[in-house]
Amino acid sequence: MITATNLSKVYNGTKVLDIDHLEIPQGQNFGLVGNNGAGKTTFFSLLLDLIRPTSGNIFNQDITVNESEDWKTFTASFIDESFLIGYLTAEEYFYFVGELRNQNRADIDSFLMQFEEFFNGEIIGRKKYLRDLSKGNQKKVGIVAALIGEPKVVILDEPFANLDPTTQIRLKKIIKDLSEISGTTVLVSSHDLIHVTEVCERIVVLNKGIIVKDIKTSEATLKELETYFSGEQIPEEVKLSEEEQTEEPKVDNPE
Amino acid sequence: MVGKLLSLEWKSFTRSASFGKSLGLKIFMIFIGAYFAVMFLFMGIGLYPILKDVYPDKDPLLKLNEFILAWLAFELIFRFFMQSLPVVQIKPLLLQNIKKHKVINFVLLKSLFSFYNILPILIYVPFAIVVTVRSNHSAVSMIAWAVSVLFFSFSVNYFNFLIKKKFAEDLKSFLPAIIFILALAGLEYFDVFPVSEKFGVFLNYVLEMPYLAILPVILSVLFFVWVRNTLKNKFYLDAGLKTKQKEVKSQEFEWLKRFGDVATFLQLDMKLIWRNKRPKSTVFLSFFFLLYGLLFFTNSVYEGMPVMFVFAGIFITGIFMINFGQFVPSWDAAYYQMIMSQNIPMRKYLASKAALISFSIVILTILSTPYAYFGWNILLIIFTCALYNLGVNVPLLMFTGSFNKKRIDLEKSPFMNYQGTGAAQWLVAIPLLAVPLGVFYLCYKVFSFNIGLLAIGVLGLIGIFLRNYLMDRITIQYKKNKYAMIHGYKQTGD
Repeated sequence: MITATNLSKVYNGTKVLDIDHLEIPQGQNFGLVGNNGAGKTTFFSLLLDLIRPTSGNIFNQDITVNESEDWKTFTASFIDESFLIGYLTAEEYFYFVGELRNQNRADIDSFLMQFEEFFNGEIIGRKKYLRDLSKGNQKKVGIVAALIGEPKVVILDEPFANLDPTTQIRLKKIIKDLSEISGTTVLVSSHDLIHVTEVCERIVVLNKGIIVKDIKTSEATLKELETYFSGEQIPEEVKLSEEEQTEEPKVDNPE
Repeated sequence: MVGKLLSLEWKSFTRSASFGKSLGLKIFMIFIGAYFAVMFLFMGIGLYPILKDVYPDKDPLLKLNEFILAWLAFELIFRFFMQSLPVVQIKPLLLQNIKKHKVINFVLLKSLFSFYNILPILIYVPFAIVVTVRSNHSAVSMIAWAVSVLFFSFSVNYFNFLIKKKFAEDLKSFLPAIIFILALAGLEYFDVFPVSEKFGVFLNYVLEMPYLAILPVILSVLFFVWVRNTLKNKFYLDAGLKTKQKEVKSQEFEWLKRFGDVATFLQLDMKLIWRNKRPKSTVFLSFFFLLYGLLFFTNSVYEGMPVMFVFAGIFITGIFMINFGQFVPSWDAAYYQMIMSQNIPMRKYLASKAALISFSIVILTILSTPYAYFGWNILLIIFTCALYNLGVNVPLLMFTGSFNKKRIDLEKSPFMNYQGTGAAQWLVAIPLLAVPLGVFYLCYKVFSFNIGLLAIGVLGLIGIFLRNYLMDRITIQYKKNKYAMIHGYKQTGD
């Protein structure tokens, strides 16, 4: 289970993330949606202890992430290409991550077998360094590497971007199976509302660092999200600025 | 349009990664540039009197003319290794509303203003002025002469690009040219036919008939057009602008497995070193610097100054430690986020880096044993310095590494590349070299040579015994600076 309490991050006086309380139970397929600058990557970076929270805490299975490194044993992630080691081949990268997760080569080889379809013959045995692969293929490597060693928590930032349609469909199945079959908590962020509603049981919408919607996915969810992000945004914004106005004294009071 | 391109160029220069962002580094680079400029200027002014001294019975100008071809050949080699054609920078302009030939012309004309073309001007022009003043050659002939040599130099400039672009992919087509040049050099070297001298005759004619200076100008224009046409055909993503990709072989460095739980990281570091230009050159540089000791151990000047031997000892055994270690962990900058979120305890990660560096010290020490030829004392100094490096300097560099916040591009050449260099790199030199030298010097002056060595050796041993404790402290330091480091390494522009 992942819990965030009073979590906030401030850059140069601007609050880019401000979450009072967020709980993600074990095995949930959790989707994070929002426009650029909404705070999705900031949240993931905080969860991975890559940036320091201005206030509050994140707990990953009761471990405070910025106090102990123990969460690293069961948490895996792929945020962007900077998580790949450019001068390794795909196999070498998988073996490297495998060794970090106590998997030997044979384990990795058999693990990779199940992704043969996902890789579509473009990854294994290509004799290319990762830095020379296309963006989409780099992403495939990063995502699969994040699944090595049966992590309890998997964090994927924008996993669908840059992937071809076939791979997107296959990835959706992989993510769904992860939580259904092995009970993994999967945190996904996306700009693609269709994908995220198809994959995630729960969707949280962030706007300028604040949780504006927390939806249990149903038939109506896609419509609801589309309405929120489309033309109806204007009243939404009016509503938001009103909210901000009413919220401001609230924020001031405890201080 | 040209103005816009020029402003782009200026920005790319002042904001380039290897130039660095810090003011101190900029001043340093300007200083180096100014140093070379002044050196060449002095050479231009001083060349006439020097030639007069060496060849008192000849006209210095005519003598110089005989050497010009050899000089141009040297210039070509120099340019080939140092100067690069900035074609890749064209890519963002491909889709913009700029005519292709305009961009190419700009790139090629721009190259005339590179540092490599300013240096010859700094030699030839002052030389021509000195000659005009001090001999009976007329100003007109000297202007024609200067124009000729300068345009020969510019021809070399474009010829170099031609080699790099046209022949880079297909070395075979360049073979006749290489054979031709080698043949000329051979004729010259074995005194069969004085090529360079004959070439000088042309410059002598220029002095008599200044209008002949038009010929080198035409030559450089011809080269210009040739390069331009070559580039125009390669102005496609899959041709000239593409960087080469080779099929890679997987090596596993299996023998590193015996190093236990840090083996994984050692293997990664070995791949880092072998597969990336900058760390790889660093290693080659280390072997090259092994010879540095010869400078000290053979020179009788240093015989009474064993402190210089200690300097050499620290340097030889620690050159990889210095060159590689000062940028730990910036080598992993590109994927530092991954290292920090993977199942890698910080302590282990650092231990593997320390192991790699310690390993290099041992190797370099073994390789420098032939210095025993200069006396057992020398060998003793080298071993003691290695001990000091292992015990004190390795943890020291690991510690200062925690202040590294500057990203390193692994694929850039390390020569004249100050990317990743910050204040920490300059400051660390003080304790790194000054402390052992100071300790030795003090003990040597007060007591004796042996006590001096003993003092450094003991310091090294203490460091080795405290290694675990020191690494614990360093790990804490890295954890403290973790966020700043991650943030710094994300800044690709710097």
